[in-house]
Amino acid sequence: MSPRKAKRFNPDRDVREWNGAYRPYDILKEAFVALVAVGVLIVLLAVVFSSPDEPAVTLKSWSTSDPVDFAQTAVTELDGTSPLATYGPPYNSTPDVTQHIGFFEPAQWIGVHQPINTAQDFVIGPLRSLSNQPLVQRALDTYDSSTPTQQSAWTTAYEKAVANATDVHGRLQVPHAQSGPVGVIIGSLTTMAQNGGLDGTLLSQGQFYNTNYTKPLLFIANGSYLNNLAGAQHLQGTQWGMMNETGNYPGQAWLWLYTMWYQVPPMKTSTNADLEVWAIMMALTVVLILLPFIPVLRSIPRWSRVYRLIWRQHYRSLA
Amino acid sequence: MSLDITTERDASSSEESRQWTARVRNAAATAFPPDRLLPDRQPAYMASWIYVFGVLTVVSLAWVIITGCVLAVMGPSWWHVSGLGHFVNSLHLWSVEFFFFFMVIHLWGKFFMAAWRGNRKLTWATGVVSFVASIAAAFTGYLSQANFDSQWISTQAKDGINSTGAGAFWNVLNFGQMLMWHIVLLPIAVVIIAGLHVLMVRRRGIVPPFDIEPKDHGDTPSAAEPSE
Repeated sequence: MSPRKAKRFNPDRDVREWNGAYRPYDILKEAFVALVAVGVLIVLLAVVFSSPDEPAVTLKSWSTSDPVDFAQTAVTELDGTSPLATYGPPYNSTPDVTQHIGFFEPAQWIGVHQPINTAQDFVIGPLRSLSNQPLVQRALDTYDSSTPTQQSAWTTAYEKAVANATDVHGRLQVPHAQSGPVGVIIGSLTTMAQNGGLDGTLLSQGQFYNTNYTKPLLFIANGSYLNNLAGAQHLQGTQWGMMNETGNYPGQAWLWLYTMWYQVPPMKTSTNADLEVWAIMMALTVVLILLPFIPVLRSIPRWSRVYRLIWRQHYRSLA
Repeated sequence: MSLDITTERDASSSEESRQWTARVRNAAATAFPPDRLLPDRQPAYMASWIYVFGVLTVVSLAWVIITGCVLAVMGPSWWHVSGLGHFVNSLHLWSVEFFFFFMVIHLWGKFFMAAWRGNRKLTWATGVVSFVASIAAAFTGYLSQANFDSQWISTQAKDGINSTGAGAFWNVLNFGQMLMWHIVLLPIAVVIIAGLHVLMVRRRGIVPPFDIEPKDHGDTPSAAEPSE
């Protein structure tokens, strides 16, 4: 058996044993001083800058502040044309909408796991829960028993009319249209939302306790109201919004790289931008973890010579 | 008589050496002798402010956990309705900001030191993984605020998560699920990984400087560095 060949010294992988001087070092004292110093800094910044706490938007606050936007959104939930109704997995099975990179289409493979039928879950179901509302129930019966073609004709007519709707002191005023029962349905839903009933109904999932806000959040996110509020706070995607938070706070500054990819081509205009950005970030994370094994990349620190600054005193002592 | 005792001791020692407990204890004592675990001296080359950012990251994490525990005592709604609660939330927020600020500087510092040299690759890898786990922990914190920020961030983030297929099981719009991840699962992951990272630093020591002029490139790597 031949002796194992000695590995050639690689300065980007290997080190020589330190045979130089040592100096006293109290690790626990250092940790204690650091703990106190950081504690003082945290208290100081908390006292001076506090923290943001903008109240959450509710279906009630949205429908009261902007009933026209609420009604315009609600009718798209009813006729299945809203962004959520056509979202695809994990909410529904709309074909050919999942993001993909070539054959790689993970959302499609995993499928629907949080099924949402926007018409039933956001409009018809909540209104069916209203008691002592015979007019609303008759409108729902009429809508449910009509053909899809008829339903589409009514919702299309209502969409055109609600585009010219007005907000009169918080009350929705929609011009007359051949919209059948849809006017009553959306008008009633708006009233229900303004009374606060829709928030509870969408949150309820047949049990008293609930902490899953998926449905009300998705409904609210479909409207323009939330988006406009976020835009005023510089939180939209085109404003590097994911890493920001309301007010003048640092937010998640560490997400700058993730957010940056959305601002540059081709992701900026790509319909598969989310999956592309995630793929890039996952690849970069793996590269960072495996950096010590990757030739060229692991040599950058030595080539950059930044280490000369870090170990300035050491090199000076050698000179 | 004394011979019997010796034989008994040998047998006992042999049996002990096969015990899981004894093996773990011996391995730990070998890997972490007291003066390595809690050193009272350090190599002279450690004379830079950059070395401070490692311990600053650890103590910031301690403040994140302490302030998070105080928030947990009164529940997730407390800080919205109490001045004291809001102040504790502010402490939590700024400890997180400092934690990331120090950690990123620490990471860049270690990159420019090529701190993976000398069988410290796993130390580097656990550092990066703890950074990624910390990002996830902070992200779920932003989702658990129960205010406008969490509404906006969750409805924006869902598209990225859903595109990967993970949204089917990891629902950023589910407040209860995100809160559990934020206060239980991810903190456990961060503390365990960061703890391993610190132990590896103590095990391997701090990476020495680059040689200015490596004269003997044919040398073997330092025998003093145990392989991972």
